[in-house]
Amino acid sequence: MSTLTLILVVLAIGVVGFVVVRQRAMSSADGDARNLHSLPFYYGSNALIFACVPAFLLMILWLILQPILINNAVSSSIPDSAIAEGGSRGLVMSDVRRVADGLNTAVQEGQMTEEMARDMRVDFTNVRDRLGEVGVALGSNVTETTLNAAQRYRSLDARYGLFMALAVLALAACGVTLAYTQTDRDFRARNTVEATVRVLLIFASTIAILTTVGIIFSLLFETINFFRQYSWTDFFFSTNWSPNFRGNSDLGILPLLWGTLYISFIALLVAVPIGLFAAIYLSEYAGPKLRSVAKPAIEILAGIPTIVYGLFALVTVGPFLRDYFAEPTGFGGSASSVMTAGLVMGIMLIPFVSSLSDDIINAVPQSLRDGSLGLGATQSETIRQVILPAALPGIVGAVLLAASRAIGETMIVVLGAGAAARLSLNPFEAMTTVTVKIVSQLTGDTDFSSPETLVAFALGLTLFVMTLGLNVFALFIVRKYREQYE
Amino acid sequence: MTDATAGAPAGKGSLLEEDKRTKRRNAAEARFKAYGLGAIGIAVTALLLLLGSILLNGLSSFQQAFITIEIPLPADALDQDGDGALDRVTTFTVKPILEQALIARVDELNIRPVDMSDSDIGGIISGEAPATFLDFVRNNEDLIGENAEFNILANGRIDGFLKGRVSMESAARDSNVTQDQLILTNQLIENDVIEQRFNWDFITNPDASENRPEAAGLGVAILGSLYMMIVVLVLALPVGVAASIYLEEFAPKNRFTDIIEVNIANLAAVPSIVYGILGLAIFINFAGLPQSSPLVGGLVLTLMTLPTIIIATRAALKSVPPSIRDAALGVGASKMQTVFHHVLPLAAPGILTGTIIGLAQALGETAPLLLIGMVAFVRDYPELGLEGFTDPATALPVQVYNFTQRADPAFVERASGAIITLLVFLVFMNAVAIFLRRRFERRW
Repeated sequence: MSTLTLILVVLAIGVVGFVVVRQRAMSSADGDARNLHSLPFYYGSNALIFACVPAFLLMILWLILQPILINNAVSSSIPDSAIAEGGSRGLVMSDVRRVADGLNTAVQEGQMTEEMARDMRVDFTNVRDRLGEVGVALGSNVTETTLNAAQRYRSLDARYGLFMALAVLALAACGVTLAYTQTDRDFRARNTVEATVRVLLIFASTIAILTTVGIIFSLLFETINFFRQYSWTDFFFSTNWSPNFRGNSDLGILPLLWGTLYISFIALLVAVPIGLFAAIYLSEYAGPKLRSVAKPAIEILAGIPTIVYGLFALVTVGPFLRDYFAEPTGFGGSASSVMTAGLVMGIMLIPFVSSLSDDIINAVPQSLRDGSLGLGATQSETIRQVILPAALPGIVGAVLLAASRAIGETMIVVLGAGAAARLSLNPFEAMTTVTVKIVSQLTGDTDFSSPETLVAFALGLTLFVMTLGLNVFALFIVRKYREQYE
Repeated sequence: MTDATAGAPAGKGSLLEEDKRTKRRNAAEARFKAYGLGAIGIAVTALLLLLGSILLNGLSSFQQAFITIEIPLPADALDQDGDGALDRVTTFTVKPILEQALIARVDELNIRPVDMSDSDIGGIISGEAPATFLDFVRNNEDLIGENAEFNILANGRIDGFLKGRVSMESAARDSNVTQDQLILTNQLIENDVIEQRFNWDFITNPDASENRPEAAGLGVAILGSLYMMIVVLVLALPVGVAASIYLEEFAPKNRFTDIIEVNIANLAAVPSIVYGILGLAIFINFAGLPQSSPLVGGLVLTLMTLPTIIIATRAALKSVPPSIRDAALGVGASKMQTVFHHVLPLAAPGILTGTIIGLAQALGETAPLLLIGMVAFVRDYPELGLEGFTDPATALPVQVYNFTQRADPAFVERASGAIITLLVFLVFMNAVAIFLRRRFERRW
């Protein structure tokens, strides 16, 4: 029985329970809902909850544990002699799983009968070719042990699956029965239902915490693995980045950090003045007509996916800068450069800076403006000497948030900055960033035991810590500032 | 300016006549204003340049050069064993049929350039055309033995020539196209054999190999994106709304809820690529879900979209006035009934708007999808139905990235075209959100 049918059957049991228990509640109240403690709907819902929630919890637990148990059982049945030199138990097990999956597909597509899959033997059939026919590609020929293990894997899988289905169905049935016996006119159905719903709501809101924990664990775990294979001093202080998939690579983060910070710096150099002036003009000078056009136009910039900016950098800005600035002035001949990525990223950040600053400028009380204007200051003098100093902490916060965005930005730099790790001051040269290297180390063929792949997690952790730090600091400043005038 | 207070000029001067310092201050004022206007101008220009360059590069991808000729469908070549079934036909058998038909047409019109070989004429046809033609024949078996009019996809270079990307000069340096082919193309255009027409295949076809930009399409990517959006909608909306209801309506002020709030604020600012690492480590390596599947992509995007939806939903719940809650509680509703029967329906438009905007954000997200293997070259459509969620697929923005990684300049056009498609979806979603907000939002 597949997981999906099982879910549907449990739901069906729940629905039947709903109807039956609702009926029972009504009959216990002599057909008059006013005699019940709760509305009839709640009695039914109670049965539905009793049927589904424990059953689904058991199912989730089982689905998590089952592969681990089966893996252990099968893995321990593989003799040490069957493990090839230089290989590991894990490699053999992944072969076993692949063969088992292949057999499943073959049976499913009707290429093989269940008996054939169960009794297949290496000396009679070429397993690799048979599985190749159903689209399961195997690297090497299947050995006797692997095939036996795979068959054992399948039989255990099938047996445990059956157990699970029985247990889950039994639990669902028990739940309905329990709800049924509980139900009478004085049973507080609404309270139990509402308590359950409340628990579900709490669970939903903890997903945010779970996500953070997931991020931290997935980063930390592999980063620790990485530092077991590669010295952390080399990672943090080496100025050379040259990964080599045959081993012996130099994985110094400094050139990547340099590229990241250089590009972010240029981006902020573009975004902060433009965004800030746009915000000032929109909130202090612009009439409603201009505001109603310009504000959405700038906000559109924020809604455009970063891949669009990336393509813009790649096909328009990059070649333009190369042909009209870099080559005539002799700075370099590369279309992807720090300047390209920085400029385009700056454009992307304009709406970010401007809308945050807009909020902050608007939060400055009108009385400050009136006071300054009343003393005879011009509008620009008021802005420069009264409003901006008052809004400064908030604006600094906005700039920091923008900086954290710039550091974490990926697609623009992947397409616009280049892939060469370099420590150089020339903004028309291609450089690379932390995010670009995360992408390049984790796409394509990856081997999760080599430092060249694992380094991506260490880079990710560095990135996460940097952006998190900036964010927390920025939010702290913004919050502190906001309270000032409230 | 501090000098406004420092030593005012003595005596005279009139209000009608600006003195030097007033002039300076007014000039400063005008300059400051001009900076502001300039900043807005730059931002708007950047927007126009961005959209303009994408449109300019990409609109042509919706047009494609096709060769329209009569093609004989000889029974002896297509149905070699004469049993009426097309079982032994391959693209290799139909390729010469297409080429012969084109050569025949060229010679009939008497426009073959001097010394141009047959194989060069055949080179005008796209490498993908035999496969399309084969499908056509399989679907129209009754036409065998007769002639059929068929639109053959032209080679990418020929298509580029029609669009101005390929010229006689560039052809001289290009090993994939000869000048003779371009001269012949000009002739064929004059005789209405080659023409550009709207290219539905760009939207429906799967991706094509590196050497056949003319056949590359977005079908798999659109389907993959659609599946991911379904996953995001199904997971992020209920979870996000539930979380917001708890935080806004039930949560006591304590350490635990504080931690949740800080968490949500920070998650909204975590770089998207970190979510990709999370997806790779947890969903693929740990949970063993299939790589490049819309399911994993959808899960990762769900986690990314949750903060957006939660923030929007909480704002919507907050905007429902307390009098509604008080009234419901006053007539005896429980707290839960108050929220679900009264507050939530009133907040629904705001929640929907926020959800759509969150979805639009998720639709354009690229970086995390690169890490969970959606960059793979996928030619098979994911199955319709539930199995499709675990089949390999790609997504629209990732397809754009894929196109940009290829050498042939024709793919720049394809990438821009894909972005136009993506932007059309985004504009549509945002328009719906704005419409909902205008139509249903209530102000108290």
